[in-house]
Amino acid sequence: MRDHFINELSSLIDEFPNIILITGDLGFGVLDDFRKNYPDNFINAGVAEQNMTGIATGMALEGKIVFTYSIANFPILRCLEQIRNDACYHGVNVNIVSIGGGFSYGALGISHHATEDLSIMRSLPEITVVSPASFWEVEQATRAIIETKKVCYLRLDKSAGMDIDNNLDEHFIIGKPRILTDGDFCTIFVTGGILEEVWEAHDELQSLGYRIRIVSVHTLKPFDGSIVLNAAKQTGGIVSVEENTLDGGLGSLIAETLLDNGVTPKKFLRIGLGSEFSSIVGSQKYLRKCYGLDSKSIVSKVMKLIQG
Amino acid sequence: MESIELANRIRIHALKMANSGGGSHIGSALGISDILAVLYSDILNIDPKNPELINRDRFILSKGHAGAAVYATLAEVGFFPIAKLETHYQDGSDLSGHVSHKNVPGVELSTGSLGHGLSVGVGMAKAAKLDKKGHKVFVLLSDGECDEGSVWEAAMFASHHKLDNLIALIDYNKIQSLDTVANTLALEPFKSKWESFGWNAIEVNGHDHTQLKSELVKIPSINSKPTVCICHTTKGKGVSFMENSVLWHYRCPRGEEFEMALKELKEKK
Repeated sequence: MRDHFINELSSLIDEFPNIILITGDLGFGVLDDFRKNYPDNFINAGVAEQNMTGIATGMALEGKIVFTYSIANFPILRCLEQIRNDACYHGVNVNIVSIGGGFSYGALGISHHATEDLSIMRSLPEITVVSPASFWEVEQATRAIIETKKVCYLRLDKSAGMDIDNNLDEHFIIGKPRILTDGDFCTIFVTGGILEEVWEAHDELQSLGYRIRIVSVHTLKPFDGSIVLNAAKQTGGIVSVEENTLDGGLGSLIAETLLDNGVTPKKFLRIGLGSEFSSIVGSQKYLRKCYGLDSKSIVSKVMKLIQG
Repeated sequence: MESIELANRIRIHALKMANSGGGSHIGSALGISDILAVLYSDILNIDPKNPELINRDRFILSKGHAGAAVYATLAEVGFFPIAKLETHYQDGSDLSGHVSHKNVPGVELSTGSLGHGLSVGVGMAKAAKLDKKGHKVFVLLSDGECDEGSVWEAAMFASHHKLDNLIALIDYNKIQSLDTVANTLALEPFKSKWESFGWNAIEVNGHDHTQLKSELVKIPSINSKPTVCICHTTKGKGVSFMENSVLWHYRCPRGEEFEMALKELKEKK
């Protein structure tokens, strides 16, 4: 996803010459071309995320379109107060990009597991929270978050799910989830690269004769909930899948939407991480299996939910 | 208005605002009144009738708890009506205890959590350099605030990027929240700390208007270096029983204490 992001950002420089990309001393190899081609649009702030975020706010107050860039929790949790007080309260065009959502850096240990970020970031006022599931969504989101002119959090994953083929004429709209495939057995709402597991689960279920609806929730905030209410009425149950804690993430958002609107789905299940640290390490695929987020676990949980 | 007259008006407003709103931090507000008065009378290129002027100098109060003094200054120089000051700290007011920009013309940045303002000022100064604009960015910090690591992150960045359009002013009253600076986390050797971070460092008496003016007008005196102006101040300056007292970081001036303080300040007019 990061390559698609940086390529898209590079392609936007001519149109938005005020773009400034500030890295917290990360992006070896990935940012080289950008740095070489656009030296006036690039700053390495060093290993200093608080200052990076404060600088971003100062530059954005002066009219720059700023992207801060680092991995996992560094550009968000380390400098959360700068994001809240400086960037969000002043409503500036600061776009915080974290590479490595969920278990993308699974083998590096809990410091590099970004597994609460969606919950924490969506609790902030005056922020847009974007978690693309496919390369197409990454590219679309990169432009879209510039155009919000306010603070955005862009969570990028090492993995990415397949997108639908017929999206060439589709217009990506912040806050509006996308139906990727339709069915009535149940609806799976998914955010981020774990879409790849959901697609595999979809194929497996389809081979068993069950067609499911998949909805990519690429924006957790703002959120157009009408698609959830329709899914509750039209399909056999609601399932959420996220590589994030269940405390306050996508599943919570779906549940809040249903309850706030007085709609009860036929069945309901949230698939995500419990409130615990993963002290074991491994690849993203491995850790998904450990925590029941892989395609096989999704299939068995869905079957049990709908038919159990 | 002459800066000395302005400083006294700021002090009287700040005292009344703390009294009517039940606010604290009066010692901090009194201590920076002379610095603010000199900046807004003689140093900053600003137009109160045009707060968004592109080439205006930027001022950030990073020690947001002394916001009352900034609100008083802005009202006195004409950014908004003086009557608005009476709403400070009151239900429904825009004028929060820690300085806030929303609906308050002239406030560049809302602060209140220490250690934020210098980084934002650095960003503003960097943007001005990139855009080849000639204005300056002033950031006023407290001494206790320099305990925050983020201040030193910003200090490193500013010198590395040669931001000679950036001026940090330190309200060095040597008292912080619970005790003296020396007994809490010693900052000395303070000037050489800044110098070792690549800054041009000067020291002034933060209540001496002539010295403040003559030093601030010279900045940048060294090309390619940000400047720190360490202002030696007295917390609570202007009210004898508030001076150099930790108590008046918190205590709200009420009753007889308020009347005595007001009398002292008015006698100085």
